[in-house]
Formats: sequence, C-alpha cells, structure tokens
Amino acid sequence: MEKDFDKKALTDMYKDKFLAPENEKRQVTAPDGSIIEIDPLDDYFCQERPKELKPRKGAVEKFLNWARAESLWVLGFGTGCGSIEIPPLVTPRFDMFRYGVQMRPTPRQSNVFIISGYLSVKTLKRAIRSYEQMPSPKYIIGLGSCTINGGMYWDSYNTINRLDHYLPVDVYIAGCMPRPEALLAGFGKLKELIKEGKGEKANEYARNFDWYKANQKKIIKDWNMPDFNW
Amino acid sequence: MIDLLKDIENRFQTFDTVHQQKRQAFTTVDKGRAIALVTWLKENSGFTTLTLLTAVDWIEDGVFQLTYLLNNPDKGFELGIRVMIDREEATMESSHHLWKNMMTYQRELKEMFGIDFPGSPRLNESFILEGWDDIPPYRRDFDTKEYSTTTYFPRPGRKTNDPTEYMKSKMYPNT
Repeated sequence: MEKDFDKKALTDMYKDKFLAPENEKRQVTAPDGSIIEIDPLDDYFCQERPKELKPRKGAVEKFLNWARAESLWVLGFGTGCGSIEIPPLVTPRFDMFRYGVQMRPTPRQSNVFIISGYLSVKTLKRAIRSYEQMPSPKYIIGLGSCTINGGMYWDSYNTINRLDHYLPVDVYIAGCMPRPEALLAGFGKLKELIKEGKGEKANEYARNFDWYKANQKKIIKDWNMPDFNW
Repeated sequence: MIDLLKDIENRFQTFDTVHQQKRQAFTTVDKGRAIALVTWLKENSGFTTLTLLTAVDWIEDGVFQLTYLLNNPDKGFELGIRVMIDREEATMESSHHLWKNMMTYQRELKEMFGIDFPGSPRLNESFILEGWDDIPPYRRDFDTKEYSTTTYFPRPGRKTNDPTEYMKSKMYPNT
C-alpha cells in the first residue's frame, strides 16, 4: 500500500512528547506463533487527512439527504450533566425512536454526536477521538449553554468555553438544562438543515482541519494520540 | 463521644476540639502524631470507615488544613481529624496502608493542592488534569478566571450584573 503520508514528520512531531503506551511500537505473537512487530501509529490508524464529501448531483443528493435526516444515530457518549436528558428521550414518554433517532454504542455506527453540557479538557480529548472515528456525514448537537459560551462554568480552570473552536457544531440547544422537548426540537432543526443540504459541518471540519487541530492542541497539552485517528 | 475525645486528648495531645453535634466532633492534632492517631482510632475505637480526606488552603496563615473524616458505623460517630501542615513545604506522611481509598484521595490532593505524600502508590499519575502545567488549581493564589480567559477562547459579549443593583433597577425604576 502506497502512502503519501510522511511518517517521519509524525514521529518527529512526537519525539519529545510522551506517547500513550498503547501507541508505542511493540512485538506481538501472532496466532500462528510467529512474532510480528506492531507499530500502532502505522498499522491501526488511517493516515489520511479528512476529506470533504462532495455532494452528488440533483435528485440523488436530495434523496440521500432525506435518508440521512430520517435515520439519525446518536453516539452514546454523555459528557456532562446534560446526558441525564438522554434516558427520558429513549423511554416511552418522549420516545425519540418515532423520529428515526436512536442510540448507538460505538462511534463507528453513529453519525450524530450530542455534546451534552460542559466539556472538561480531559473529556474533550476523548470527544475529539470519538468524533473523528465517526463516519462522514456526521453532525454535532451542542446541548446546553456550556457548549455555547461556557455557561455557569465560564470561569472554570478545566472546562472549555466555546465548543465551536474545537469541533464543528451544527445545532445549538440553549438552556441549562434544556428539557427533552428542546432536544426533540433540536433534532427537528437538524433534520431541516440536513434536508436543505446545510448539514455541512463535517466538511467544514475537513476544510479548516489545521485551525481546529491548532486550537485543540493549544489546550490539550499532553497530546499523546495520533493526529489522524479515524 | 466525650469519653473518646478526652481519651485521645490524653493520648495524642489533641487540641481545638469542637463537639459539633451529639455524635460529631472535630479535633486538631500535630502533624507528627496524626497518622498514629488515625491508626489508633481505626484499630481500637471502631472508626473503620474513611469518609474522606480533604484539604483547605489557609493562605493567610500559610498552612494547609488536612481533614481526615472518620466514621464509626456501629455507634454512628463521626470524627474529623484536622492536621495543619506548612504551605511552602507541603508534605504529609502517607497512610495508604490503612484504607485502600486513601490512595485516591492522596493522588487527588497531590494534583489539586500539590501536597506531597511520599510513598503513596500512583501518586504522580495525572488524575483529572491531564498535562497540567500551571500551579495546582485549588491553591488560592491560582486565578481561575484569568486562566480561563487566557486559555479557553471566551465568547465575547458576556456581561454580568450586580444582583442588587439589577433587581433595584428592575423593581423600583423610579427611585
């Protein structure tokens, strides 16, 4: 497999930094007994920058957008106090299944990421990894005022203020906390946006990838994961 | 409870005892006798549960106050052991051998206050703050607002009102 990716640049970038133990080179015994060397940065992670998803022509794109809007699969990742609003959504009273919204356990199966409330730096790191592992097209819903301007944690030493500096946000739902009804309204808004072809934030992330990465690295000071990890 | 407080006063020279409620008391002990007292309470007086270990930063006095909050589940007693340690040279004897959860409290205090507990396992691993490079954030000379505004891209246009003035202007606009 040919790679247009400069591996040396990556290793130089991390030379003086602590690399997470699971990303170090190691020797592994294969099932047939032979010993192989594994370099996780090379073998486990894709080494291409994210690409923009070009829209199809005419009615095909419209059909695709309709299909995307009607099956929103949400990643089961609760980041703050807002994640307490998700269980009522799944249960019969608010029942988000009737809108084609359902929860998925892994990033590889989902295309909507609800950032539910405040994000500490430690959680942001995990959120970025999860977001980048999700297949495109993908959407982010910022839930609560914490994702907008920091909310009540605006002067905290460990929570971010503006989510849109680190991850692209499609829909904000204001409130502290928003009720499940507000979340349903947010899903409705997201559907409208997608059907109009405006759910383009994943492409924006790919376009401004360097800007987002610079912001992320500014606050995540022990960046010990690969830059390209989807 | 009173008997117990008198007993530990004789044995360990505790002082500043506050008998807060019928079954709750706080007392202060020297740094050197603290772990001996905690061990004695655990072994002989039935204080088998560690509720928490926490710290207070008395920046004006130049000390950290450690509080070992112990619980006697049989009698329902709650006893807080206060220890004052120097703020500049914040070191305390480790007591991770007494309770398993003490290790986590000590790790947290090391990260949040910079209080050292030599010998405590996994003490220097990051707990909540990964890659923190400033002074520990729970020390009171750390300015959290300034740190936040210089680090986390604050959204412009945020304004704060003084609650008293604001309510006055809303409710009595003519005065």
